[in-house]
Amino acid sequence: MTMRMRGARAAAALVGGGALVLAATACGGDGGSGGDVELVIDTFGVMGYDERIKQFEEENPGVTVEERNVTDVADYTPQLQQNIAAGSGAGDVVAIEEANIAQFLVQADKFADLNEYGGADLKDDFLEWKWEQGTTPDGALIGLGTDIGGMGMCYNVPLFEDAGLPTDREEVGELWPTWDDFIETGEEFMEADTGASFVSTIQPYFRAVTAQAGGEPFQDTEGSLVLEENDATRDSYDTVTDMSEAGLSASLPIWSDEWNAGIQNNTFATLPCPAWMLGHIESTAGDEGLGRWDVAAVPGGGGNWGGSFLAVPEQSEHPEEAAELAKFLTSPEGQLSAWNEANTLPSSPEALESPDVTEFTREYFNDLPVGEIYAPSALELEPVYYGPDTQSIDDAFRAALESVEQGQASPKEGWDTAVEESKRAVGEG
Amino acid sequence: MTSLQRGAPPSARHADAPAKGPSRPQHRRRKDPGSRGRFLSSVDLKASPYLFIAPFFLLFGAFGLFPLLYTVWVSFHEWSLIGGNEGFIGLDNYVRLFSDAKFWNSLYNTLGIFVIAVIPQLLVALLLADTLNRAVRGKSFFQMTMILPYITSIAALAIVFSQLFGSEFGLINQALGYLGIDPINWRGEKYFSWGAIAFMIDWRWTGYNALIYLAAMQSVPKDVYEAASLDGASRMRQFFQITIPMLRPTIIFTVIISTIGQMQLFTEPAIFDTGGAMQGGTQGQFQTVMMLVFQEAFRYGNYGYGSAIAWVLFMLVVLLGLINVVMTSRIRSAT
Repeated sequence: MTMRMRGARAAAALVGGGALVLAATACGGDGGSGGDVELVIDTFGVMGYDERIKQFEEENPGVTVEERNVTDVADYTPQLQQNIAAGSGAGDVVAIEEANIAQFLVQADKFADLNEYGGADLKDDFLEWKWEQGTTPDGALIGLGTDIGGMGMCYNVPLFEDAGLPTDREEVGELWPTWDDFIETGEEFMEADTGASFVSTIQPYFRAVTAQAGGEPFQDTEGSLVLEENDATRDSYDTVTDMSEAGLSASLPIWSDEWNAGIQNNTFATLPCPAWMLGHIESTAGDEGLGRWDVAAVPGGGGNWGGSFLAVPEQSEHPEEAAELAKFLTSPEGQLSAWNEANTLPSSPEALESPDVTEFTREYFNDLPVGEIYAPSALELEPVYYGPDTQSIDDAFRAALESVEQGQASPKEGWDTAVEESKRAVGEG
Repeated sequence: MTSLQRGAPPSARHADAPAKGPSRPQHRRRKDPGSRGRFLSSVDLKASPYLFIAPFFLLFGAFGLFPLLYTVWVSFHEWSLIGGNEGFIGLDNYVRLFSDAKFWNSLYNTLGIFVIAVIPQLLVALLLADTLNRAVRGKSFFQMTMILPYITSIAALAIVFSQLFGSEFGLINQALGYLGIDPINWRGEKYFSWGAIAFMIDWRWTGYNALIYLAAMQSVPKDVYEAASLDGASRMRQFFQITIPMLRPTIIFTVIISTIGQMQLFTEPAIFDTGGAMQGGTQGQFQTVMMLVFQEAFRYGNYGYGSAIAWVLFMLVVLLGLINVVMTSRIRSAT
C-alpha cells in the first residue's frame, strides 16, 4: 500500500472515529450511572469547600461532587457566560462574583429560582444586602451568598510612625470618622515629607465610597444608566478626585506591577482593604512585610468590595440535588467551614458573630482581630445594586480617575469622559 | 499499489490489451476480475488530493470564511451578547462609526504606530541582513539570535516590557533619572506610548524581516558585487545600487506583510496596557482599531458595532494592499 492510500484511510478513520467519540459523549450525559448522581460545582479562586463537600457526600449517599476550579475570575466569568448562553457545559452549581451577579440576574430564565427549592426560608441566614444582591427585581432567588469582602482601611505602620501619626489601630480609626477627615490626615501626612504618598491610586477609594452610599450608583434595576441623576455617585467621584487634587496619590494603576512594587517598597501609606485584600498584601509584601501593615476602621463606616454567590443553572439535570448542595455550602455552618479553611468572610450574620470568626487573629498584620474589625462593617452596610454593565462602567471610571490623578484631565473632564464611556458600555451612546 | 502499477513497464500492459490511449488502461483495469483494489486505487487517485487539502478548507470554512461573512450579517444588526439579535438596522452601525471620535482616534493611533514602527524596522532589518551577508565570524550564532525575540513567549514579553516602561519603578525611567532627566509617563503621554509600543514591535519583528532579507541577498550572484568592486564602487554604493534593486520584490513583500500585520496591531499595545479592559491608556492614548473592536464586542457586548468596525478595518487593509500593488507595478514599469 502506498503512503497515499494509507493517508486517505487514516483520514477516514479519524473522521469516523471522531464521530463515534462525539456520539459516546452525547450519550454519557444521560446518566447510566445506575441512579447515582454526579454533581459538578464550578468555582474560582479559593472558596474553601473541600471539607464541606466531603461532608455533603457523606450525608447524601449516592451523590458525588466534583469541584472544577479556575484560579482567575477574569478567565472564569466569560467562560461561564458562554456556557450559560450555549445552554450546556456549565456545572450544576456555579459560583458568581459580586460584580458579575447582575449580568446573570438579567438572564434569570437560565437559572433555577432557588425559592422553589426551599430557598425562601433562608433569608435570615444572610445579611440583608447580600440576599438582595442575589435576587431579581421580580423576586426570583438566583444566587445564595457565600462570602463578602467587608471593608477596612489598611495602613503602613512604619510610614505612619515616620509622619508622626498614631500607629495604634483604634487611634488611627479615630483620625478619620469621615472622608474629609481622611483627606485632612492625608495632607498632614504629606507635609511630614516621608517620601511616600498617602494613597496608591484613587480608584479603589471610589469603589469604597460608592458602596457606602448604597442604592443604585450606576444603573437602575431596568438597566438604564442613572449615574448622572444620582448625586451620591457624583459626590463619591468628587471626594476621591479631591484626594488627587490635594496631591495625596502616587498614581500607580491598581493591580499593575508598579502598584505591587509600591506595596513592597512602602510607596504609599493607605489602601482600602476588603478581607481578601489581606491575602494579596501578605503574598506581595512577603516576609519583609511582616507586621508592617495593619487595619483600621474605614472612614464613613462600613462597606463591601467583592464576595460571591452560588447559583444553579437551568441546564442542570439534577436541579434538586444541586440546590441542596448550594444551600449546604452557604448555610451558616457551611460558611464557617469555608472561613476555617480559607478565611473567606461569611455573609451570614450568625457565622459572622460566631467565636470562630470574632476571636480569630492574623499574625502577619500584628495579630489583627480580622473578624472583630470586619464583621461590624459588614453588618452596617446599605444594600447596593450593581447593574449588568458594572464591570465596564467600573473600567470607564478607573481610566477617568487615573487620567485625573496623572494630570491628563481635570476632574470635570474625567467625569464627562467616564459618563460618555459608560453610555457606550450600556448601549446608550 | 498504485505507484507500482504505474511504474510497471509498458510491455506488461501491452500484453493484456491493446493500447487505447492514456486514459483507457485505467478504465479497463476496473473491469479486471477480482480487482476491487484497483477500483479503490482509482478512486483514491482522484479523490485523495481533495481529501488531503480538505482539512484546511474545512477549518478555514468553519473558522475563517464563515465568521468573516457572518460578521457582515451581524454588523447590519443591533446585536448583543446577552440579548442576541435585537433587530436589523441597516447601515446605522457604519454611519455611527464615521462620526465616532474613538474610532478616528484608534485609527490615528494605528497608523501612527505603523509609521514609526515599520519604517525603522525594515531599514534596520536591511542593514542587519547586509552586515550578516558579508563575512562575519559566528554568522549562524547571530542568525539564531536574531530570531530569538520572535519565538519568545508573549507572556515573558509582557512582563519584561512592563518592568522596563514603568513610570515609577521602570528601568528606563531609573536610567533617565541618573542622567538627570525627569521620569516619563510612558503609558500616559500619547507619543511616548507610541514609541514604547513601536520599540516592542521592532524588538520582536526586526530579526524576522532581517532573515527574509538575508535569504534574498544570498541569492544575489556574487559576481555582480565582484564586478562592481573591480569598477571601484564603494560598499555603500554597492548596497544602494545592487542590493536594494535586486531585493525589490522581497522588500515589497515585507512591506505588504507588515502593512497587513500592523493594521491589525493588537498584542503589543494590549500587553503594554494595565488591566485587560482594552482601553489603551487612560484616555485611549494607544488604543488601536483592533483593541476598539475587542472592547466594543467583548467588553461592552456590542457585537453589531464591533463587527462594523472590524469590517471597516478589513476594507482599509484591502485598500492599503491595493495601493501597495499599484505602487509596486508603477515602480516596475518605471525601471
